[in-house]
Amino acid sequence: MSDEVDIPEVTHESGSGVPIEGNDIDTDQIIPARFMKVVTFDGLGEFAFFDLRFDDDDNQKEHPFNEERYQDSSVMVVNSNFGCGSSREHAPQALMRWGIDAIIGESFAEIFAGNCLALGIPTVTADSETIQELQAWVDENPNEEIDVDIEAETVTYGGETIDVTVDDAQRKALVDGIWDTTALMKSNAGEVQKKAEELPYVDDSTASS
Amino acid sequence: MSEGTLYDKVWDRHKVTTLPTGQDQLFVGLHLIHEVTSPQAFGMLEERDLEVAYPELTHATVDHIVPTSDQSRPYEEDSAEEMMSELEQNVRDAGIDFSDPNSGDQGIVHVIGPEQGLTQPGKTIVCGDSHTSTHGAFGALAFGIGTSQIRDVLATGTLAFEKQKVRKIEITGELSDGVEAKDVILEIISRLGTEGGVGYVYEYAGEAIESLGMEGRMSICNMSIEGGARAGYVNPDETTYEWLEQTDHFQENPEKFEELKPYWESIASDDDAEYDDVVTIDGSELEPVVTWGTTPGQGIGISEEIPAPEDLPADKADTAERAQEHMRVEPGETMEGYDIDVAFLGSCTNARLPDLRRGAEIVEGRQVDDDVRALVVPGSQRVQETAEAEGLKDIYEEAGFEWRNAGCSMCLGMNEDQLEGDEACASSSNRNFVGRQGSKDGRTVLMNPRMVAAAAITGEVTDVRELKEVNLA
Ligand code: SF4
Repeated sequence: MSDEVDIPEVTHESGSGVPIEGNDIDTDQIIPARFMKVVTFDGLGEFAFFDLRFDDDDNQKEHPFNEERYQDSSVMVVNSNFGCGSSREHAPQALMRWGIDAIIGESFAEIFAGNCLALGIPTVTADSETIQELQAWVDENPNEEIDVDIEAETVTYGGETIDVTVDDAQRKALVDGIWDTTALMKSNAGEVQKKAEELPYVDDSTASS
Repeated sequence: MSEGTLYDKVWDRHKVTTLPTGQDQLFVGLHLIHEVTSPQAFGMLEERDLEVAYPELTHATVDHIVPTSDQSRPYEEDSAEEMMSELEQNVRDAGIDFSDPNSGDQGIVHVIGPEQGLTQPGKTIVCGDSHTSTHGAFGALAFGIGTSQIRDVLATGTLAFEKQKVRKIEITGELSDGVEAKDVILEIISRLGTEGGVGYVYEYAGEAIESLGMEGRMSICNMSIEGGARAGYVNPDETTYEWLEQTDHFQENPEKFEELKPYWESIASDDDAEYDDVVTIDGSELEPVVTWGTTPGQGIGISEEIPAPEDLPADKADTAERAQEHMRVEPGETMEGYDIDVAFLGSCTNARLPDLRRGAEIVEGRQVDDDVRALVVPGSQRVQETAEAEGLKDIYEEAGFEWRNAGCSMCLGMNEDQLEGDEACASSSNRNFVGRQGSKDGRTVLMNPRMVAAAAITGEVTDVRELKEVNLA
């Protein structure tokens, strides 16, 4: 059994931006439940924000993900409580497969941020004014690069560098390349087994296996 | 930092080590899996040639996509069949117990765990499902996880997690007749907000909580996540132990019950435990709560007026405005009299036996309004079986309800049970997000199960306490 995996270090993400405006955008909006009836995540990208992008007859509605100018964007700029609601990892998976590598927002629902981290996607926060300015700037400069420096907790765009916040644990995990926890935790298997033996409710058969 | 709470104690008992990320590695005592979020995780395991570390601490069921009418195989819908076959394959290969539909034990994951005695005080319980907080009703530390974390738990039996703060929410006094656990949690969320619990675990306490049965406690813990709290729990007490004692797990091993009881008692919060925050709500003042908007935090008492967006905090105003437009409600109105097209009595919040019994008391001898389609979807096959034996199915069917097989059903509309067009639904479930019940124009009004029953009868949101000749005691 090999549990050796190479976990890339995520210190920087850069690319052009795409603004997604609105507070409390829940995971049902990011990926409607009917697209979750799949056994792999491949191909979820085209369904990101589906109901906000298409009407009942599958005609395109106005949405940044439909706009030509944002098709190559990889840094998404959102408002507050983004990703609330269902814990479905399909949501960040859909965004990642659409092309998103980093998200900057006012705040994120906790499970959503955790799910992003597990994919190596930073969720960086700043106050609402900063976010709105950035969204407006992206709107005017859809092809210009935004650089997210996870280690330094800064975002650089249009020749300006601003301070942002990256949760400490998240920053460390991304920067040190330890965000893929499976390999990390597998290496403690002996201690895990000991824990199992100590817990009164774990059957002896498990504890001795 | 909290100290001496159930959360602290269970955390310490399960902590393996602190990882270089600063997170703790926690041992997982029970891993529940279902068909929607696990297949991808099994796929990741396979990619890396890893095996399931603790199959005997893992338990599977099928709930989200399972049809609630015709359950013959293969399922009519190809994608549902594919997910089911994949799960069957995975549990067979790994040697994981599976409450499949032929077992008579199948049901919504958060109903079957407690029912079978798998859910116990002082366990760490995880599932790739945000309503895993339900199991906290037993004094377990239970929370929802994402697919990559499912992979971690499958591969290592552990989870990387950061410790959170603990907020004690004390509900004092006695709930008045017609007010239920569901109303308590809707009230908590509307007061503290859908993000109020971010970074916190909720400990529910106080007279009103202690006097609830396990099902009511589950309804409350279930919706912790709607208030932003990853987990919620109630300290175990005699009510908890009585429930546990009659589950198959402990009926088969009565000596285990005696053996574990001291552990359960030991992990309850100390009287002098320290909390990061304490909130007190007078339970005796509550009335039935209904939602007017599209987040579970947009709830009001049945006699209260819908708030004007401009009266709300700035960051909630635009969400409220959009919600009111979607729901077609106006500030200043109450929700009473709001037209209903569908009544859904189901979900892991409110589809256990006492929920169905209380609903039946309301519908007995009455008829569902001509313009309403009404359905009851029991939370599990066992609930269904007992309810049928008690005659509840007949009561509902005679009143004009459809009686279905167990599953998530219209809670999220992943099977054929969905709202159509802009239908408005009186729902006993936990989420009223736009599109949640299968139609993006659908409108969901969350409420307690008796209120759902009352709405089915009158065709509009109704104060169940005002229906004539009902006994709410
Ligand atoms: S009943 Fe609803 S909330 Fe509960 S597990 Fe099923 S889909 Fe999730």
